[in-house]
Amino acid sequence: MPSFRYEAPTTVKDVVGLLASTKGVTKILAGGTDLLVQVRSGRTKADVVIDTKRVPGLIGIREQAGSFVIGAATPGAELGDHDGLVRAWPGVVEAANLIGSTQIQGRASLGGNVCNASPAADSVPALIAARAVAVVAGPKGQREVAVEAIATGPGKTSLARDEFVIEFRLPKRPPRSADAYLRFIPRTEMDIAVVGAGVNVTLDAGGVCTAAHVALGAVAPTAVLVPDAAAALVGKKLDDKVLAVLDAAARRACKPIDDKRGTVEFRTEVAGVLARRAAAIAFQRAGERR
Amino acid sequence: MTVIKRKDELKVVGTRPIRPDGVDKVIGRAAFGADLAMPGMLVGKVKRSPHAHARIRKIDTSRAKALKGVLAVITAADLPNIPSEEAFMGEGPMNFRDLSRNCMARDKVLYEGHALAAVAATSAAIADEAIELIAVDYEVLPHVIDVDEAMAPGAPLLHDDLITAGVEPKPNKPSNVAKRIHFEIGNVDQGFKEADIVVEGRYTTKPVHQAYIEPHACVATVGADSQAMVWTSSQGQFMVRAYCAKLLGIEISNLRVIPAEIGGGFGGKTLVYLEPLALAMARISGRPVKMVMNREEVFRATGPTSGASMEVKIGAKKDGRITAAQALLKYQAGAFPGSPVGPGCMTAFAMYDLKNVRVTGYDVVSNRCKVAAYRAPGAPISSYAVESAMDELAQKLGMDPIALREKNAAREGTKTVYGPMLKNIGYVETLEAAKKHTHYGIKLGPNQGRGVASGYWFNVGGESSAAVHIAEDGTATVVSGNPDIGGSRASMAMQAAEVLGIPIERVRCIVGDTASIGFTFMTGGSRVTFATGLATIQAAEKVVEDLKRRAAMIWDISPEAVDWRDGAAHPAGANAGNFQPLTLKEIAEKAGKTGGPIGAEVSLNAQSPGAGFATHVCDVEVDPETGYVTVLRYTAVQDVGRAIHPSYVEGQIQGGVAQGVGWALNEEYVYDSKGRLENPGFLDYRIPVASDLPMIDAVMVEVPNPSHPYGARGVGEVPIVPPMAAVANAVRAATGIRMTQLPMSPPNLRAALRKAK
Repeated sequence: MPSFRYEAPTTVKDVVGLLASTKGVTKILAGGTDLLVQVRSGRTKADVVIDTKRVPGLIGIREQAGSFVIGAATPGAELGDHDGLVRAWPGVVEAANLIGSTQIQGRASLGGNVCNASPAADSVPALIAARAVAVVAGPKGQREVAVEAIATGPGKTSLARDEFVIEFRLPKRPPRSADAYLRFIPRTEMDIAVVGAGVNVTLDAGGVCTAAHVALGAVAPTAVLVPDAAAALVGKKLDDKVLAVLDAAARRACKPIDDKRGTVEFRTEVAGVLARRAAAIAFQRAGERR
Repeated sequence: MTVIKRKDELKVVGTRPIRPDGVDKVIGRAAFGADLAMPGMLVGKVKRSPHAHARIRKIDTSRAKALKGVLAVITAADLPNIPSEEAFMGEGPMNFRDLSRNCMARDKVLYEGHALAAVAATSAAIADEAIELIAVDYEVLPHVIDVDEAMAPGAPLLHDDLITAGVEPKPNKPSNVAKRIHFEIGNVDQGFKEADIVVEGRYTTKPVHQAYIEPHACVATVGADSQAMVWTSSQGQFMVRAYCAKLLGIEISNLRVIPAEIGGGFGGKTLVYLEPLALAMARISGRPVKMVMNREEVFRATGPTSGASMEVKIGAKKDGRITAAQALLKYQAGAFPGSPVGPGCMTAFAMYDLKNVRVTGYDVVSNRCKVAAYRAPGAPISSYAVESAMDELAQKLGMDPIALREKNAAREGTKTVYGPMLKNIGYVETLEAAKKHTHYGIKLGPNQGRGVASGYWFNVGGESSAAVHIAEDGTATVVSGNPDIGGSRASMAMQAAEVLGIPIERVRCIVGDTASIGFTFMTGGSRVTFATGLATIQAAEKVVEDLKRRAAMIWDISPEAVDWRDGAAHPAGANAGNFQPLTLKEIAEKAGKTGGPIGAEVSLNAQSPGAGFATHVCDVEVDPETGYVTVLRYTAVQDVGRAIHPSYVEGQIQGGVAQGVGWALNEEYVYDSKGRLENPGFLDYRIPVASDLPMIDAVMVEVPNPSHPYGARGVGEVPIVPPMAAVANAVRAATGIRMTQLPMSPPNLRAALRKAK
């Protein structure tokens, strides 16, 4: 493995300072489950690696008046163990917990998953559908950025060289709200999404959808929010007709590529299928919360 | 003919003792190929071609050689230019020139990843840097990978001097077709005329890798006195010795090969890749050289098996009796001749007793790495096509697929298309057991389907050596010449314990290096339990004869008057005299007084290994919206002769099925437009993970092999033969769609479902 300088600062300010001052390729390390593999294989070059796990707050989940704040380097396993988070955001948690294996879950983080900027990142469609916000720290302080605005293309982000994500904030949940995430892979686990779909809904007492957000992964250069698909659900109960409109809207949002993991045609079709299936799960979960 | 022992006469064979090599492997103490370190050891690395096909105009190694810490740099110019010479050492024919040029390209690179230079340096980082400093001037040439495209007129030629063998008259121009093979019996055209129903189909399979978990690795040393040593993980230390000696011009007595523990081979470790390079650089540098491939190198530059294009035609009477069968098989050989199309042709219809059969095969080179043996080489590919066609036939006839196979099954005395008559086989027994199994009667739900397929593998015998030594405390050591891949330490120790009449715990088996045991053919062809088992049994029998002789000496009676049973010498009867039994321990303690150390070595060439047959039943559920296939149930019935260690046999069956299911559903080499491999890792080269598979029910049918005293026959290969067709036939039953292309990955199956709509 190529050598690099390793830093493990303990304040946000020091991380930003290092990002601003170091020369060469500087990489932020959270769990490292993408970064270290990439460096090891030679796909990514790193001169400096800044480990953020020692910065207070970077690991941990806080509940603040019904909303959740998740440290950017919090391992997936901790998300899965947090009962309150699992209850409020089952889709976000199931998406994050799909990454890698049990061992990987001990390290893999939302911050890494989002900032690695893979179009196929599992947690990203779920976070986007959840309307999650990333808190970005930089030399001028902190700013909030919608998760869908972080990645700008495969491997590319909107973050400045001296910025990094410290945490994610999930909004307060109205009653009868739930989310769901599904991905398609050719096997049962240990794989990368060929298509991912996150659906987040709020229902009224009669089971009619009052708010919805739908996001898709691996069907475009970045994960995409699909307002048309959400619009298909709002004001509706879930029936075959609604699902068909949702399916069509999801497919229209796809701009995938042909690659070793799937064809344009396959990805587009399966995006519609997963949007339908994820919506059905989200509706069912929301409906059970009376 | 050997007298086969009855099951009730056996005390050790057929039991399930704890695996003797298990603890070390579980706790990480076992020493695999990459685990040896020596003082002063250098790290060797390989420079590989980025192009699928290119002429090497010039290689400039001067900057690499000048780098501090680099002690050796080699190219083909530093190795002997080996002339064409055919050898048969492994699981297939081998030409030493091709092997040499596969290890190190000369004049042309023939696939992406083809080695063309190597360096040895004091650290991995320096070696990596040196590799980058080697400048290569390429003339990139057009490439071809697909077998049909490689056979087409005007295809880029890999070898200017490759003239198709087996064609009359001899072609006057080179092509990518190395060889044509043809087998024919009866009158095939007449047979088709007599048929009431004919099924025909074209089938293709993709190249797949053996996907052993341990990458290739070795350490080589060459002393100032020319005595050389290689420590390596392979399927045969004697194979490595022979190949390295030939490729480097070393006398065999000067080369000792020590077998490391092996982390899987499946046929893929029956060639050398790194060893000759490590030896050459050890010779130049005077230092030990260690070379370890990474996973990408394993995928790009070591033994996958062929992708293939096949046409199969079968004709039958209304009652299901097959009147004629023919197959055309075209297999990719990779960069050099030697695909397993020969065994593919021979095994294709071997499950059936047919009067009229015609099989033609083509061995075709193309720009991917040279194929290596893979578990029943060639047979899974042709069986996929033939057993898919058999399923079509059963469907058209409205016949149960097992009944159709029973109607045509190979039995005692069936003549194969390639010549020999089948004897003492258990195919019909596998069909009967499959039919009676509860699995076959389970009702299926929507989108579910059941598939049946059978398979055949020759199994081989061959040259083996084994020694049995008795220690002074009466325990025994078996030295075998075969690396232990499938549990041979256990099966050798068990067979020796059975003969000696002592508990398995008192017998240990080690794998000897090339200087400490007689020549032994490699671990492959499902031969070891049978052939090296025979050597072990005979060595143990020699020891028993010696023990009886010593007891007779102690008792002062004739050796013929001594019986050996339950690990002790007994007087043969009342007339022999009245003596207390002498145990192995008691005789061993007095060995010095009765003639010295007790031990024997036997070298032999085992014949009549006993063919293997299997019948598999697979249930799948297909998600019609995504093309995702879930394997619900899998039952694999196999004639195992007689299981020496039943757990190992079940493990072999389950492992073969797991690999076959991967081959059927997701495994494939994906190349880009420039012939570069796009998925050289386990993320996108999808072998099944544990949760992808149901518990595979391994059902052992025991039709003893008369060539072995305990009835053993090879079991390791035939279980990978039926799965691809079994899965495809189940998918057909679930969806109505015949998948004629592997893999049946979700995108491919979904595309077929879409097309059928």
